[in-house]
Amino acid sequence: MGEPGTKETLSLEELEAAASLRTGRKHVLSILVENKSGVLTRIAGLFARRGFNIDTLTVGPTEDEQVSRVTLTVDGALHPIDQVTKQLHKLVNVLKIRDLEPADTVARELALFKVSADGVQRGELMQIAEIFRGKVVDVSKRAVIIEVTGTTDKIAAFESMVRPFGLIEMMRTGEIAISRGRGET
Amino acid sequence: MRAVDAVMECLKAEGVDVVFGLPGGANLPTYDAFVGGGVRHILVRHEAGGGHAAQGYAKATGKVGVAFATSGPGATNLVTPICDAMMDSVPVVFLTGQVRTELIGTDGFQEADTIGITMPIVKHSFMITSPPEIPRAIHEAFHLARSGRPGPVLVDIPQDLSRAEIEYEPVTDVRLPGYQPRVEGNQKQIRQAAKALASAQRPVIYAGGGVINANASQELTEFVLSDRFPITCTLMGLGAFAAPHPQWLGMLGMHGTRAANYAMDEADLICAVGARFDDRITGKLSEFAPRAKFIHIDVDPAEISKNVPAHIPIVGDAKHVLAKLLIEYRAIGADPARLDAWWSRIEGWRSKYPLAYEDSTDAEIKPQYMIQALYEATGGEAIVASDVGQHQMWAAQYYHFPQPRRWINSGGLGTMGFGLPAAMGAAVGCPDRVVCCVAGDGSVQMNAQELSTCSENNIPIKVFIMNNGYLGMVRQWQELFWDGKYSHVDMGRFPDFVKLAEAHGATGMRFEDKHTLVEDMKRAIATDGPVVVDVRVTREENTYPMIPAGQPAREMVG
Repeated sequence: MGEPGTKETLSLEELEAAASLRTGRKHVLSILVENKSGVLTRIAGLFARRGFNIDTLTVGPTEDEQVSRVTLTVDGALHPIDQVTKQLHKLVNVLKIRDLEPADTVARELALFKVSADGVQRGELMQIAEIFRGKVVDVSKRAVIIEVTGTTDKIAAFESMVRPFGLIEMMRTGEIAISRGRGET
Repeated sequence: MRAVDAVMECLKAEGVDVVFGLPGGANLPTYDAFVGGGVRHILVRHEAGGGHAAQGYAKATGKVGVAFATSGPGATNLVTPICDAMMDSVPVVFLTGQVRTELIGTDGFQEADTIGITMPIVKHSFMITSPPEIPRAIHEAFHLARSGRPGPVLVDIPQDLSRAEIEYEPVTDVRLPGYQPRVEGNQKQIRQAAKALASAQRPVIYAGGGVINANASQELTEFVLSDRFPITCTLMGLGAFAAPHPQWLGMLGMHGTRAANYAMDEADLICAVGARFDDRITGKLSEFAPRAKFIHIDVDPAEISKNVPAHIPIVGDAKHVLAKLLIEYRAIGADPARLDAWWSRIEGWRSKYPLAYEDSTDAEIKPQYMIQALYEATGGEAIVASDVGQHQMWAAQYYHFPQPRRWINSGGLGTMGFGLPAAMGAAVGCPDRVVCCVAGDGSVQMNAQELSTCSENNIPIKVFIMNNGYLGMVRQWQELFWDGKYSHVDMGRFPDFVKLAEAHGATGMRFEDKHTLVEDMKRAIATDGPVVVDVRVTREENTYPMIPAGQPAREMVG
């Protein structure tokens, strides 16, 4: 492939072919970081600099107040995961990284849906919410707000069910994940 | 004591013998502490000069370099040296002043988000938010800069916090739970590597700057000489293995020797030590060393399999790993005769394609000859710093480095203006050695102001400007790849470098005759104080051989 110093023009196919090792699946990275200012910027900056995309990102406290947990999902079809984790490890404030195995992991996401609903539709919506074990958390004359937790797939399925009613807004937290069994994540 | 006085104590505890810097509003308290603080400070003329001087000092001595600057423009002027130190893994601690805490975020006078600006180009950085943190941050900065894969670390101290009174207690430990560089290589992997090397028919050892950073030249040499391994070094690794030597193939890469590049191309096993398969080494990645398996030894796990998948990865410090590898390799007792065919192939390339150029028939100085003359005039014993461009490549090709830490240049970032201040830093760190700078007439103008620093402090660097009146490397590329259309590469014959030298209080000379060049150079080196020599060379000469960018090694030209 050419480089800035040379004259040739590049095709988009050539640019895409330059991508390296890919696993082809979604990866959930669970990252323990020191609770210090700028840590999130360092992580986000590293992704931007190396050309990696973050699909979802959540940050929150852990049982240890000195330590926070960042859970982020990355598409292994687009990015070399081993490079992502190795580069993350180089950040001094990063304590531990786990690339969670989907089979050994419980992953959950919280979503809030604001859906148009007049009197007739409301009942039907509530039925769907019940099937998905969702909760109606707010009702007004022309809309309801439904809270759903679950895996990313479940939330996507719920979204496709309520979209025909008129989806006004949707908010998702991004996944958090914890490993199964007694061992620490 | 005041936090800034504690800073001086920390510097002394870290064994710092010189700081390169320039004061300003936000680091006035720090500069007050220099008075009677017991730490030598050299006042530079531009913060970039100070940063590069700290790099030159670090590269020449192996110790951590230190550079200070004020907030805002002082700190932004350090951006290039910081990035350069990151790319070439140079241990430097940068201390910047910041505006008072109450002004942070208000776009105050000389406020810049130094931590934010430098975040992608530091190994780590510390934003001080309370005065008692300062001593620990400084010690941790030194620890981070020098250990593992070395690199730049920045400490940003708001002006008001630096004036605060703190209880100072010497810090004797570091608390960095997320930072534990692996030093020892995995024994099983090392044994596997030894086996692979013992059975390889066409091995090449490919060593980089990591060997120099790890002070592992002796271990590398012993290992290479334990069999008839052919060895090549990257631009950053020159000096890691003493040149010239029968097993030395010369530098590899874009302007490396054909013997080195062809050997990589045909190798069945490449053992990379402290090198990172940069694009200037591999050329077209998909056609790089197509028959080879790779052993990759590096202290930074992220380098392994980044560009080229490693068959035998070994994470560890080159010094430790090579020492163990030597023991394992000797235990196998490989038969050196298996390499006969390989060596006759390499010897074939060597005799057919030696580094060569067509010399002038008159007094004209060919740029390659200028480097050969410098090698002769210095007996090969000088520390040579260089700028970036054609002169850098010729210096790398024609000056043979017998020791590590003698060749100081900007490899990864390719920073024009690096050479002169880096030579200054090297000369401060190694006052007993002759320190030369091979500069380009374009590059040298980017930090020539530091000549005043050299004159004021009697830092006797000898600057040899390879003056062809062009931005030579760009001109070469325009000639070869852009149909010979020259766009903004002709620098004319300005400035008058002899007068420039004199204006800065240095001695200026001009050499134009190749017949007297060696003697003239000896005279320049014997002259006291800083000397600038304007060496007029052939205007349009190309650096060969060359792997055209993005081509495989076997497509070398020239």
